[in-house]
Order: sequence, then structure tokens, then C-alpha cells
Amino acid sequence: MKVVVPVKRVIDANIKVRVKADRSGVELNNVKMAMNPFCEIAVEESIRMKESGAAEEIVVVAAGPQQSQETIRTALAMGADRGILIQTDVPLEPLAVSKLLKSVIEREGPGLVVMGKQAVDNDNNQTGQMLSAKLNWSLGTFVSKIEIKDDSFEVVREVDGGLETVSLSKPSVITVDLRLNEPRYASLPNIMKARRKPIETLTPDELGVDVTPRIEVVEVNEPPNRQAGIKVSSAAELIEKLRDEAKVLA
Amino acid sequence: MSVLILVEHDNEEVKASTLNTVTAACEVSDDLHALVIGFNCNAVVSAACNIDGVSKVIKCDSEAYQYGLAENVAPVVKDLAESYSHVFAPASTFGKNLMPRVAAMLDVQQVSDISEILSEDTFVRPIYAGNALATVRSTDSVKLITVRTTAFDAASEEGGAAPIEEITSTGDVGLSNFVRHDLTRSERPELTTASIVISGGRGMQSGENFNMLERVADKLGAAVGASRAAVDAGYVPNDYQVGQTGKVVAPDLYIAVGISGAIQHLAGMKDSKVIVAINKDEEAPIFQVADFGWVADLFNAVPELEAALD
Ligand SMILES: Cc1cc2nc3c(=O)[nH]c(=O)nc-3n(C[C@H](O)[C@H](O)[C@H](O)COP(=O)(O)OP(=O)(O)OC[C@H]3O[C@@H](n4cnc5c(N)ncnc54)[C@H](O)[C@@H]3O)c2cc1C
Ligand SMILES: Nc1ncnc2c1ncn2[C@@H]1O[C@H](COP(=O)(O)O)[C@@H](O)[C@H]1O
Repeated sequence: MKVVVPVKRVIDANIKVRVKADRSGVELNNVKMAMNPFCEIAVEESIRMKESGAAEEIVVVAAGPQQSQETIRTALAMGADRGILIQTDVPLEPLAVSKLLKSVIEREGPGLVVMGKQAVDNDNNQTGQMLSAKLNWSLGTFVSKIEIKDDSFEVVREVDGGLETVSLSKPSVITVDLRLNEPRYASLPNIMKARRKPIETLTPDELGVDVTPRIEVVEVNEPPNRQAGIKVSSAAELIEKLRDEAKVLA
Repeated sequence: MSVLILVEHDNEEVKASTLNTVTAACEVSDDLHALVIGFNCNAVVSAACNIDGVSKVIKCDSEAYQYGLAENVAPVVKDLAESYSHVFAPASTFGKNLMPRVAAMLDVQQVSDISEILSEDTFVRPIYAGNALATVRSTDSVKLITVRTTAFDAASEEGGAAPIEEITSTGDVGLSNFVRHDLTRSERPELTTASIVISGGRGMQSGENFNMLERVADKLGAAVGASRAAVDAGYVPNDYQVGQTGKVVAPDLYIAVGISGAIQHLAGMKDSKVIVAINKDEEAPIFQVADFGWVADLFNAVPELEAALD
């Protein structure tokens, strides 16, 4: 089975973003970028499938600016086999990404696409669901366990009420949640080895996909700031404040 | 201009998230059609008819929809959606799972998790874990929207008397099967709708120690939540997680116990009306957003709080 893993380059999740002074977006200059944490989990899962013999080849795909190559390299250093960069400077929306991925996937013919449930920049949580519709494949979202059966994937989904197990016919699109696994760090020898792994570059035009945005960003603002309040030093004092000042306790 | 609302339910009850979604939809139209797709879901249909503001209920009942599998449900929504100006669903795992599949079938770019409606095509939504608020304008002819439920009040469950229209099912598309549910059962209020939430973090040290929080929760009528670290450590189930990638809550009172206050956690609770933090580290970032901070060892503070509530 071939596995395709779409990965996104985002601002490092540990960095507190700043809104630009002209309110056109958030500051991306001189900000540390990294692979979206959910994509790391997807890459890790695909490598474990290869290690267990369930997967033969892992192809990582990133759509975005030229620097997204670095994100692909990170995945190759973790253990993926080759990369595809769909290069464009147009800001991509999930619908456009799902179309780009569809055309690459139709060419590659994988048995499974495993990807993040959410990109932590725009917090859209859409691309996998859209891709599954475009391909007319089964869909498993927010997955914290994958079991590979003969003709299906049995997955455990994290839903609001707890857990749900569903069986997905192959091929399938699966989006992963945080508790699926702990991604590995790439070792130095593997980082060196990854430099020689192939990355193919394509463009939306070559794939015949219109990526014109459908959503116009009017402005981006700082959220209202919460102020630190006061300190209390006993339960009695806390309860009194909550009752008499904040009036949130009866 | 009519709006279609996807009703979240379990074939027995309308989920509270639907009520907040109705309030949001009211801001763009006064002709709201509630779509109930399920199996043996008459109780849900009747409840939906009673929701204040709903002018019609559309029912699609078939065994194929018993478990709400997106592959089966999405075609039903898709077939209806084109005659509406907007389709609204809650940004719960139900809406997040289903709506983008519909959007892709319609070739529409969905707008996720909106917290404010500025006009029929312009919305505000948090991005970067709530560290920025984007104002976005959709140019698609049908607007597919998921709603951050904590940002809109719940519509009244009484007052409506909507007629029912039944539509035929498109059936099972044969891509997936439900296997089982392992749902968390609790007598306490639901996390996303409770007016008081008490959450524990890694500082709790074990699942057993969460009993301390549960005793306080019982006295306050509160729901119990957790940080990701507490869930990852296995102290409590995944559906307790509050944050960017868990549940968003905005109760009147949020009590964070042994939680440091990482941005991803704040993303899920910083719109609470009043925040209390109990943490032994006075430098913990949670104190920067807390209205009332108590620097203390939680193993002393929580029992003291429980006793003081008698
Ligand atoms: C992509 C991504 C998504 C994430 N999504 C979420 C999310 O949705 N929700 C979420 O919560 N996190 C999320 N996280 C994780 C987040 O970054 C933090 O790691 C997590 O919130 C930390 O949990 P914590 O505060 O319980 O643990 P810690 O940061 O370890 O803090 C424990 C706190 O307990 C205090 N403490 C310890 N012992 C005691 C004691 N005896 N008495 C009093 N205080 C004590 C300590 O002083 C400390 O402040 C996400 C991370 C990533 C990368
Ligand atoms: N530009 C992109 N290139 C490759 N994969 C992407 C891109 N954008 C989103 N994805 C994938 O879709 C997942 C969900 O992203 P989103 O729907 O934007 O929240 C991510 O975790 C990635 O796996």
C-alpha cells in the first residue's frame, strides 16, 4: 500500500503570533516556521505503517510557497520516501488544497491518505473532509487509533461525547488527532539521508487547478485583552469575592 | 432568503449546540429551516418544531443515517443546500466532520467556527488559537458556516410551531460502517453548556485526584474539564479536553486547577466571564488571564474550597 501524507508549513505552535500594524494579517517575517503538529502525527503514523510492513511507500505533499520544501524535508528526515511540492504564493484555502491534493492523489493511486485534522494557523479543520468528498472516498476524522484490516481501516474517532469506532472501506482519507502517537525526532544520519531523497515540484497550473481564493480577508485584529485580576489567599476569601463582587455564585 | 440549519442530535434529543446555531442563523434571516437527518428520529423532529425561530422542519429518516456517517448524510444536505442562501451547523465534532464534505460537493469554501456575524456575507472568526480575529467575507453563492456555539446565546426550546416536510433518503453510499460508541456518561452538566466549569491539569498528578475536583463540581453544579496534558497522561477521557483542539467553553465561572495556561488551553476558555486559577507557581501564565488567582498547593486548596462551600 502506498500512503500519501499532506503536510503544511505553519508558524511554530509555541510562538505567540502578532497581528500586523496595518491589520492585514499576522506577522510572518522572521518568525519561526515548522510543520503543523497534526501533520507530524500523520507522518509518524505512516512511518509506523511502513515499519510494520503495512505500507510500502510514503509520499508527502505540501502546497504553498517554495519554503514548504523545508517541511517536506523534515518529513523525509523522519522517514518518508519522497516529496511533492505544489508551489504557489497564492494564499491557499482548504477547498483549493483539496483540489490540488486530489489531482496528485489520482496520479499516485495510494490506498490511504493520512493527514492532520487541523492546521493550527487558520484552524479551519476542513481539508481532509473536502478531499474525501472530491475523491468520493470514505472519511475518518479526528482519529486516535487506526487498525488496518484486509479490506477496511477500523478507526477510533474522538468525538464530543467520547469515542466512536467506524470501519472505512479502502481507499480512505483519515485525519488524525493528537493522541494517535508521539512523533519521533529525525536523527542526524536520517537528516543527511533525507537530502538525497527526491522532491518533485509542480504548480497549480500544471495540475489544472484554479486556486483563486473565495474568501476575502477584510482585516485581522488583536482579540480583546484580558487583564490579570487580584490574588486571594484562602477559600473563604475566594468564595466571598465570587459571591459578592463577581456575582457568579449564589 | 432562507437559511438551512443542520440539527445535531442522537435520534432522541436535539443537542444544545443546535440552539446556539439557531440564534446565529437568526441574524441573517427570519426564515429558518431545520434539517433533521436521522433514524427513528420523531422525537427530535417534534423538539425541532418547537424551537423558537424555526419556520419549517425538514425530516429525512432512514437507517442509513442512524449514526450520522458523513458519507451518507452529506448528499442529503448537498441536494437541499443550493436553494438556500446559507447553511449553518455548530462547530462541534458533528459539524466539523460533516460540513466540509458538503462544501466540497458544492464547490464552496466553508467559513469555520465563526464568533460574530457582521452582515450576510461577512463574519469574524478566531485564528491562531484565538490570538487573532479575522474578519472575512465569503464570495460563494451559498454560504456554508459552522458556528462557535459559545459566542451565541441558546434559542428557546419553546415557542415555535413549525410544520414538517418529509423528504426521501438518498440511502447508504456504502463507504463506511459504524462499529461502536464508547461515550462518557456523566450526571454532571455538559462541558460546553455548563455555567460553571472546573478543570484540572498535569498538576493533578493522577486520575484518582480528579475526584477532588468532582466533589467541588457536585457542590457547584459544575462540569469537569481538563488540559491536554491531563488527558494525554490518561487522568481523564479525551472529551474532557478544553482548548484550541478540544472543546471551547465560555461559562460564567471557569476554575483552572494545576493548569499552567498554555496558549492552546487559553484558546478554549479565555472568553469565560470570570476565571479563577489555582496554581502553586505564581509565575504561571494562567494568572495573566485570571480574575482571581490563588497561589497555593492544590492538594491543600481544593479540599479547603470544598469545605468552604458547605
Ligand atoms: C497543536 C497543539 C494543540 C494543543 N491543544 C491543546 C488543547 O486543546 N488544550 C490544552 O489544554 N492544551 C493543548 N495543547 C498543549 C499545551 O501546549 C500545553 O502543553 C498543555 O495545555 C499543558 O497542560 P497543563 O497546563 O496541564 O500542564 P503543565 O504546563 O505541565 O502545567 C502544570 C501546572 O500545574 C502546576 N502545579 C503542579 N503541581 C501543583 C500543585 N501541587 N498545586 C498547584 N499547582 C500545581 C504547575 O505549576 C504548572 O503550572 C496543544 C499543544 C499543541 C502543540
Ligand atoms: N497547503 C497545504 N499543503 C498540504 N497539506 C495541507 C495544506 N493545507 C492543509 N493541509 C492538510 O490539511 C490538514 C488540515 O488543514 P486545515 O483544513 O487547513 O485545518 C493539515 O493538517 C494538512 O494535513
